[in-house]
Parts: sequence; structure tokens; C-alpha cells
Amino acid sequence: MTVISMNSVHTPAAPQDGVQPMVSFRDVRKSFGALEVLKGIDLDVMPGQVAALIGRSGSGKSTALRCINGLEKINGGELTVCGRNLRARDFELRELRKEVGIVFQSYNLFPHLTVEQNVTLAPRKVNGLDAAESRALAAEVLEQVGLSDKASSYPEQLSGGQQQRVAIARSLAMRPKLMLFDEVTSALDPELTGEVLRVIGKLAAGGMTMVLVTHEMAFARQVADLVVYMHQGRVWEAGKGTMLDDPQTVELRQFVGSGL
Amino acid sequence: MLGVSLDQYGFLVQGAFWTVVLSLMGFVGGTIVGLPVALARISRGWFLCRASSLYVQFVQGIPLPVIMFVVYFGVSIYGFDVNALVAAAIAMTLYSSAYLGEIWKGCIQAVPKTQWEAGECLALTNLQRFIYIILPQALRIAVPPTVGFLVQIVKNTSYSVVIGFFDLTYSAKILNNATFKPFVIFTAAALIYFAICFPLSRYARRFELRLHRRNA
Repeated sequence: MTVISMNSVHTPAAPQDGVQPMVSFRDVRKSFGALEVLKGIDLDVMPGQVAALIGRSGSGKSTALRCINGLEKINGGELTVCGRNLRARDFELRELRKEVGIVFQSYNLFPHLTVEQNVTLAPRKVNGLDAAESRALAAEVLEQVGLSDKASSYPEQLSGGQQQRVAIARSLAMRPKLMLFDEVTSALDPELTGEVLRVIGKLAAGGMTMVLVTHEMAFARQVADLVVYMHQGRVWEAGKGTMLDDPQTVELRQFVGSGL
Repeated sequence: MLGVSLDQYGFLVQGAFWTVVLSLMGFVGGTIVGLPVALARISRGWFLCRASSLYVQFVQGIPLPVIMFVVYFGVSIYGFDVNALVAAAIAMTLYSSAYLGEIWKGCIQAVPKTQWEAGECLALTNLQRFIYIILPQALRIAVPPTVGFLVQIVKNTSYSVVIGFFDLTYSAKILNNATFKPFVIFTAAALIYFAICFPLSRYARRFELRLHRRNA
């Protein structure tokens, strides 16, 4: 197979001594039937880092994100998340899910539960919190996303931006070590994206390790320690946010230039 | 009244009572058997899925009166003496479980896959996801078609007449033999069936509308 030379671009945060990456892709491959979506991904995300995956539709960025918490199973290579090798024989998917939160484009809140119940369902059932503990937890995470007054509302009574913030709070309630965001503002009206991005920015500033797939270039540049441009199933270019001002490849230049 | 005495109308009401009893037995039995059928239909296990699918197709492919005959006469060949009520209740259970199983399977599948996924990503187990996330939503979706099917159950209990079970249809038949007033008597029976079924359809329709408005 032909290997394109740009693939060897190094990420700025190479593993330092003693500190293990939170997420580590090594030649990760993923196919859907005959279609190879990830063609050998190498990527390290260190604790506390914010990595933004950007690229056109079909570049494999969402698939890469979904591989991190095992929503998609990889077909080749090595993927280590929170110190767990996802292809190890004794790998426990549920244990990984306790440590990795994910927020989806379409919120996926539970429509039959109130905001507070949405947030506390998993902590109660998975971590065994009692009523008082879960109540306090809900208050805490809802405060974090600025929705303290919506605890007893149902998702359908909230705006898209508010629903997405509840989804973030629901993930935070599991006290994750790593948060994944899959195009979380793509379904929102432009005037609602700001409130969601502010919450994510606050989390980033608080030291949360995050991987986000996003179309918000300005946000990626500003918040991400590591911007990863994916193209045709490969990491085409990776670097700090300033990379977007000075693309090294034609593809990234076109992508940035297209105003996406 | 119209050549039929009040006592004779009372006889019809008596028959109607047993129609309601048989309907309830068929519905309860159909629920007890139909829920596992629905779960088996969506299960990932090859055997459960195929076996339940076969069961549904088998029962749906046989006319209800034939099921009644099979249960009533078939079982007594093996030395079990079943009375008409028990036979009719078993037949109604078989019949309604196949349809309810299929209806509920659809209701469970109508809950978006992303709801399973969201629960999965929160480290909930399969069972927890089903009980706390999928089932409550599926139940809401299931109310209108289930109540709608209840109407079918009520009407189809009339087939128990073939094994001589005393229900509304059977009592009307006897009464007709005694009075030779078929038009009056069967119209009265029809009205009683309607009186039982109409509120159910109305309720199902109302609930459905409410559901649509909520989802709009």
C-alpha cells in the first residue's frame, strides 16, 4: 500500500517520561465491510490535553472518536484508553465506559426522565449512589453547566443548547477521566452554540482531558492543545491551533479556506 | 320490548359477562406469554429469535376457531377433560400472545437505537438499559395499539361459540332459537359488543393523539 509522507507529522505532545497518554492510537484500522474508514491512525492525547479532530465529512474523525469508548471495534492496530488496551483479552468495556464520557450531536437525553433523573440514573444504578448523594451530585453538575434551575424540567421543555448542556452534565456525573464530544454543536442553531462551547471551554480550563470532533474552527484553535486534521482515514496534519494559520498540506489549506 | 322479554335481555347480558371474562383471561394470558415472545423476538440469540418468530408465524397462520377446536378436542384426547372456558382461555392466550408479542416487539424497536447507545455509554448493563430507559418509552408507545388489539380480542372471543362456550354470541344464538326474533336479538348482541368496544377504541385514539402532540 502507498504511504503518504505527511502521515509522519508528529504530535506536539509526545509521551513524556512517566506520564502515560490518556488515549493512544497506534496504526489503528477500522473498516465497515469493504470500506476502510481508518487507515492506520497514530495519535496520543496526554492527560489534561484537549484534542480537536477536524476534517471533512467521511474523513473518519467521528469513527475515530467512537473507537475511543468502544462504540466501534477496531480491526487492526493498538488502542489504549485510560491505561486499558481495547484489544486485550481481559478488556472490560463497562469499566472503560465508567471512565470515559461521551456527548453526542443529537443529545440523546432520556425523554421520559427529568433533567435530574437523566443526570443521576447512571450514578445511582452503576455507582450505587443513594438518593441524597445523587441529588447533591445533580446539583453540582447542573451548576457546572449553568442549569441549576432546570432540575425538574423534562428534556422536551428545554432548548437545544440547554439539552446539550444537560447531556454534558449527565456525562460529568460519572466523574469521567476523559470526555468525548461528537460534533456537539452541529445540530444547534448558531445562537445556541455559544452557550455549549462556553461550557466545554470551562471544562477544558478546569483540566479535563477531552477529545472533540468539531466544525467550529475558531473554537478548536482557541481551546485545543492539539488540532488533528483528518483526511481520507488518516491523520493528515496535527499540531497546535496555530497550525490552522499556516497549513503545510494542500488539503488542509483547502479545508481551512473553504470556511468550514 | 320488541317481542323479547326483559329476562331474555338479561340472558344476553349474562352472556356478555362471560365475553368480558374470556376477553380479560385472553388479555392477561396473552400478556404473560406475549411479553417474553416480544423479548425473544428482539433478542440477539439465534435460537430464541427463530423459535419465537416461528411461534408467531404458526399461531398467526391458523384461524382462531381452529385453534379453539385443537385446544378443546385435541387436549381431551390425551385424557385431560377441559371445559369450554379453560379451552377458550388457552386458545385466546395463544392467539393474543402471538399478536401482542409482535406489536410489542415493534414498540420496543420504535425506541431509537441512540437511546440504547446513550445508556451503554453511561456503563449501564443491558438489563438496566432495558428496564430504566427502553421499557418506559416503549410502554408509552404501546398503549394505543395494545388497547386497539383489546378490541380485536373482545370481538374474537365470539369464535368460542364453536366449542360451545357460553358467551354473548352463544347466548344470542340460544335466544334466537327460542324466540325466532333474529333481527332484534342479534342487533341487541351487536349493540352490546359495540358498547364494550367503542370506549376502548375511543380511549386508544385519544391516547394516540396525545402521544403525537407530545412528540410534535
